[in-house]
Amino acid sequence: MAEHSHKLIHAFGALAELGHEITNKNNFQETIRTSLHLISGALGIMRGSVARYSRFGHELNMLAIRGLGDDFPLSLSLCSEDERQFLSNGLNPIEISQAKVLPFFQVYDSSFERRSLELFVPLVVRDEIVGAIFLGEKASGDPYTNYEKEIICAMGHHIGVAIAQRNLMAEIERQAEQNRLLFDEMRSTYHDTVKAFAAAIDCKDKYTEGHSVRVGKFSEIIAAEMGWGNDEVEGAAVAGYLHDVGKLTVERKIINAPYRINAKESAELNKHPSVGFEILQPIHHPFTDVPLAAKYHHERLDGRGYPDGLFDREIPYIAKIVNLADSFDAMTTDRPYRARRGAKDVIEDLQRNAGRQFAPELVTAFLGGLLKELAGENREKRFRRLLGREYMETEGIRDKLRYTLNEMAPTTPMTYVAAAASVSELPIH
Amino acid sequence: MITTASTVDPVEPAAQRSIIFADGYLNKLSGERIEYECRRRLETGCRELELNFSNTEIVNSIGISILLGVIDTASDKGARIVFSEVNDETVELFEMLGLTKHVVIE
Repeated sequence: MAEHSHKLIHAFGALAELGHEITNKNNFQETIRTSLHLISGALGIMRGSVARYSRFGHELNMLAIRGLGDDFPLSLSLCSEDERQFLSNGLNPIEISQAKVLPFFQVYDSSFERRSLELFVPLVVRDEIVGAIFLGEKASGDPYTNYEKEIICAMGHHIGVAIAQRNLMAEIERQAEQNRLLFDEMRSTYHDTVKAFAAAIDCKDKYTEGHSVRVGKFSEIIAAEMGWGNDEVEGAAVAGYLHDVGKLTVERKIINAPYRINAKESAELNKHPSVGFEILQPIHHPFTDVPLAAKYHHERLDGRGYPDGLFDREIPYIAKIVNLADSFDAMTTDRPYRARRGAKDVIEDLQRNAGRQFAPELVTAFLGGLLKELAGENREKRFRRLLGREYMETEGIRDKLRYTLNEMAPTTPMTYVAAAASVSELPIH
Repeated sequence: MITTASTVDPVEPAAQRSIIFADGYLNKLSGERIEYECRRRLETGCRELELNFSNTEIVNSIGISILLGVIDTASDKGARIVFSEVNDETVELFEMLGLTKHVVIE
């Protein structure tokens, strides 16, 4: 009786350790190896193994093995559906010597006999076989008692749950990876579609070829310079690409008029932000502000913009970004009725209209980005690709930018006073 | 030859009789190192392996499993296993689980 209690306490200790091992987030292989040690050590079992069931190959693949020798098969096939069904009926130890009527035990009989395997324990979780434990003879040489089989079942249940959890995690990881690939594919398709739209919009206006694409890229630069995250920067780019989508419904002769258009034509043209909103609104964009950027990219901080004459805080921020990018591109490209404006002139315009048309912090960020590239602090050549080398090498442009930024935000590090060789180098106006 | 599991020279040939100190390694997965070392010695000609438990207060289920692995290997090689300086409680555990049928307790 005392020995029986002693055995029970020892086995319960192993069971407690097994529970602790399974719930700890250890390496799965180590968990299974430890589990096999615990089950062997709890009852003094000479040898054994733990296998995971693969429902794809209908195989029991060994995860941990002890004392079964190099010639013991590492993968055991469970071919028969009836047999699989039988084994998944419940977690009950099967005495191998009594189970030789089943094909599985006939096929592997010699391997089992060679290493004196006595028990086969199917690991069943939610009526599905997830693995099996093979157990050899006991060190005492005694047969397994019923209470020992119950302990084995309890431990087997823990091990089965660990394997099922691992299978579930592997499945989740596989699905997550598939979702990620699908998402990347959809994202790529979305961007290609956006770019195709931008190209379609730009085709309509032969004088502003590439305008939408450039506004997209300038918007991207502004958002990046504002320190936005990758997704937001991407959203700003898309908003820029699509801001003029409403122009698709405006007559080509108005868009391409080589003169200043009259009031009626202007009214027609000025509908394009609202039309753009109507086109973009029903689409489920990954970036929610895209339709708003199209609708409000001609609004001004001073309320003199269109279509709704909104003031400063009433204007969605993304629209302020696209407005700046749109205006900058309009000023720096040739139009049918005027040539592109010089770099210094454009910088002055942006400064003059900061707080009127443009959000001042956006102008500061944008010009700061331009200065960084000119000073070699940013080697991506984002502006150079869009404006051309000649434009970027306008004489005195760097000093002009430093001076402008200093005037716009004299108390912040964005002023680049420190970046100038000395304050005396700044141009005096 | 006397060694602990942590101070093993992997190239040194084993003597006919070796002593390995179980220490505190036995009760963790890292105790497999002791089993590995015992197997190495048995495979290189050792015919009597002494496992010394003088610094081992208790042996848990992992420890038992590792010792069973050593016993199994020794049995295959026809070698003798001796457990020395084992405390009474651990001897009782070894008897209960049938290890004493395979080893000599000194």
